[in-house]
This record gives sequence, C-alpha cells and structure tokens, in this order.
Amino acid sequence: MLPFELSLQEVGAKLRSKELSVTELVDASYKRIAETDDTLKAFITLNEDEARKQAGKLDQELANGEAQGALFGLPAGIKDNIVTEGLLTTCASQFLKNYNPIYDATVTRKLRAAGTVTIGKLNMDEFAMGGSNENSSYFPTRNPWNPDYVPGGSSGGSAAAVAAGQVYFALGSDTGGSIRQPAAYCGIVGLKPTYGLVSRFGLVAFASSLDQIGPLTKNVEDAAHVLQAIAGYDEKDSTSANVVIPNYSEALTGDVKGLRIAVPKEYLGEGIDPRVKEAVMNALKTYESLGAVWEEVSLPHTEYAIATYYLLASSEASSNLARFDGVRYGVRAENPENLLDLYRKSRSQGFGPEVKRRIMLGTYALSSGYYDAYYLKAQKVRTLIKQDFDQVFEKYDLVIGPTAPTTAFRIGEQVGDPLTMYLNDICTIPVSLAGIPAISIPCGQADGLPIGMQIIGKAFDESTVLRAAHAFEANTEFHKQRPSL
Amino acid sequence: MSITLKDVEHVANLARLELSDAEKAQFTEQLNAILKYAEKLNELDTDNVEPTSHVFELVNVMRDDVQKESLPIEKVLLNAPDEEDDQIKVPAVIE
Repeated sequence: MLPFELSLQEVGAKLRSKELSVTELVDASYKRIAETDDTLKAFITLNEDEARKQAGKLDQELANGEAQGALFGLPAGIKDNIVTEGLLTTCASQFLKNYNPIYDATVTRKLRAAGTVTIGKLNMDEFAMGGSNENSSYFPTRNPWNPDYVPGGSSGGSAAAVAAGQVYFALGSDTGGSIRQPAAYCGIVGLKPTYGLVSRFGLVAFASSLDQIGPLTKNVEDAAHVLQAIAGYDEKDSTSANVVIPNYSEALTGDVKGLRIAVPKEYLGEGIDPRVKEAVMNALKTYESLGAVWEEVSLPHTEYAIATYYLLASSEASSNLARFDGVRYGVRAENPENLLDLYRKSRSQGFGPEVKRRIMLGTYALSSGYYDAYYLKAQKVRTLIKQDFDQVFEKYDLVIGPTAPTTAFRIGEQVGDPLTMYLNDICTIPVSLAGIPAISIPCGQADGLPIGMQIIGKAFDESTVLRAAHAFEANTEFHKQRPSL
Repeated sequence: MSITLKDVEHVANLARLELSDAEKAQFTEQLNAILKYAEKLNELDTDNVEPTSHVFELVNVMRDDVQKESLPIEKVLLNAPDEEDDQIKVPAVIE
C-alpha cells in the first residue's frame, strides 16, 4: 500500500514510532511521479533537491523529539499560481516561464511552518483561466481515471496529482469553481473556503473579489486539517477576514440529524447529465437515512450567474494582468522600438489565447461608454444572486447539488467554443459570486469517470459543510475509489 | 450592441496587446457571442439594486507609517529582464 493511503493519524503514529520517515514519504512521492507523470503531466516544476534536504531536516526534528502537528512530514503539491520562494512560479504562462519568486505566499509559509514538504508546482490553466487545463501554455494535464479526458481546471494538476497518489494533498485556487470542478472530475475532495478566510497574499491575482485558496485532498478529514493550517487573518491581505477560526476537525462528528438541506431545482434541471442527477439524488437519500431533511428550493437568478461572472472576472483580470508588462520580471520581448512597443510585444508574445480573450472582454466591459451597461449591471446582478442564497440560508443549513453538470469531457472536445466551456461552471459560479464556502466530494461514477456532489454553506460556516461531507463519507465508499495507473 | 473589428483594435490598444489579423477576426466573433449572451442580464430590472463590488463589508486597512527594512537590491533585480547600475533598464522614454 502506498503510504499516502494511510490516514493522517496513521502517518503521524508511524513517524513517531520511526516505522516511517519523512524522507521515505518524499521518496514515495517522487517514485510515484516518475511512474505516472509521463502520462498525467500534473507537474510543471519539481522541487526534488530542496524537498529531500527539507525531509532530512524534518527527520532530524523527529529524532530530537520535537512536537509535530497533524500535517508534519506530508508531501504537498502547490498550484503554480501560488508563489514559492526560490521555486519557479509560472502560472502555466510563457510570460512567467522564468519567474523566480523572492518571497513565499502566506499559505506557503504556513505550510512550511506546519512541516509539510513542497514536492513541486502543479499545472493549471494559464493564469487560472479555464476549466480543463487545456489552457496551460506548457501541456495539458490528463485525468487519472482516463488519460483521454480532461482533469478539469483550473486546478487540474492539483486534482490529478492527489487522485493519482503523487502527493498527499495539494493546494489550489478557486475563482469560479477551479478547486471544486477538477476535484469532481478526478474523484477527490476539493474545498473552496469563504472569501477572505484564507490569505491571498502571494496568490497571483486573477479576479480579486472572487479568488480564494483551498485544499484538494483524498478525504474530508484531510481537508479539515489543511484548512486549519492555512486559514486565518493576514495583515498582508487587505481583504483578509478577521474572524475566529474554529477547530475544523472537531466538527467531524458524523452527526447530521436534523440538518436542513436545500436542493436548488436550477442545479438539477436542463443540461444536467441524468446520471449526475441520479448520483446526487441517491446521496440525498443517504442524508435522509442519517436523519437530515431536504427540500427543493429555487435560486431564481442562477441562469444569470455565468454572464455576470464572465463580465466581472474578466474585468478584474484585465486590471490585474496590467502588471505583466515585461519591465520588472517575466519574459521581455526582444528588440522593442520603444517602451510602449515593449509592453505590447511582451504581452502579446507572453499571453495565450484565453488570457488575451478575457483581457479583451474585460477591457471592453470597463471601457468608456460601456461600464454601466456591462460592469455595473453585472455588479447589480451579483447582488441578486447573493440575495438568493441569503434567503435560502434563513431556513436551511446547507445547499446541496452537483458540482458540475457532467463528468469530465474529452481533451479537445470543447476547445474553440469558449461559451460552452464556460457553461460547465453553472453550479459553482453562483457560489463564488456569493463568496460562500463549498466542498466537492465524490458521490458516484458514470462510465468509469467520477461524479462530484457540492455541499454549500453559510459564510464562514465551513464547520457545517465539513461535518455534512464527512458524515456522507463515513457512510459510503466513493472516496475510497482510486484510478488504476 | 455588436463589436466591430475597429472596436477590437481600439480595445487591443487600450489593453496593450498587439493582435494578428487572424486573432482580430476570431476575437471579434467570439466577443460578440459572449456579449450577446451577456445581454441576458438586461432581462432583469436592477434600477433599485445596489451593486456588489465585494461580498462582505470591508473597511479600508490602514497601518502606521513606520519605516521598515526594504528588500535587498539583489532580490529586487533577481527577475529583472535588463538592468544597469542597480536599476531596471527600459528603452528610452524621452527622446
């Protein structure tokens, strides 16, 4: 059995009893990567020398009997838009192919303090724009369940690496579904925390009012522990929430009796694969049998969420990506005629088609004469979408539905049709616009590809989301299914 | 509203992007499709709706104006594509 199939407690116990060392865990990670990554292509950059050095240091700490936390010694993968000091951070873009960060993101620093080992940087859609990893400017990552299929995105490398057992857990980022959708497609657990719960300092910004970092793990308990390590106020992020952080693993009681679940009819209507719907309905029966109650509700503005999202996210992206001008870092175009030409050429050579498309859309939506019609209108509709959730949460504890309308699609199937690609995010985007937390957990399969269920909670109520997800896991076997690689 | 090739050229200039003719044609078509889809939002009356720029109430974060240690110059220049005399070098701005 791979050491990554052991629970956190088992790994901790074996480390303490010297049955297992951090060096062995790190070795297992690189061995698995050597075996599987020619097929999967989950990693852009490996951190092998540094990781082995760090493992040696951590083993020394173990030998000295120093106290260790729950994540001590675990090999972790980091999405390549989270900066890591001294380790290339490319955002899967040609523009940043040589970018060597001079500081750590707050989450990277926190994981280091928790004793995890960074194995490498994970592939993604360029600048997190996309839902299939086909927008990586290096290579597409493949789905561990079937390499002809996408792993989802934009945190596709993170999801594939965890599903394939290349790392114990990974960090991803989620702007409109980029943690939850790949977690669903790869049959693992992915948590998008409440906006502001986890510091964005050192996350290369895509859409600042939506971006949030979160864990991708094999089970809910691991997600609770990783969230515990990375959550919390950070003075370096002006949108960081100053809230009391509860003990998330204490919330995993297995008890969902009396829990009130709302099931939006818009998430199970037209465009949803009937097999996905069936898997979610079966999951609701499981909750019923555990003493929870569910009712159908309406989130009437759901159908406006995608248009709202693409206007807002692209507008924010066009502003955020203005910093990539080829002056201070990144790849500078050769032989520019003047400074303006340097900006233009560097950006045009450095950005891929989807990034350019969104910069164009966002610049247009913010440009003189169109701001009210597009950007302001979308901000107002965002209010209506948020109010939909506020109203439902007056009566219910959680909202449950599918994470994505279908299972993973074939590589190449939706390229060239950006609008269809955008529609894959219909169930995750409204949640991002409302800023509330949601987890995707496996709840079935169709044709050998995993199906994800999305559990959505009130702002800063990750505890109830995790409790419900854990109770489902404790009574089902879906999270134990692994791809054969 | 529909986007013309000229609009695309104007927006590309604002965004400091240099597009090939093929890219211009493709973006004209795709942006029109996306914006046509976005017109769906006009079905909603939002006259009395406040815009959400941020989901939770935020106050501006201030800090004391205290001098702190700066980054060492080697670190600042680590990723600079071109440098001279501890400064980042760009093409001449003033003729």
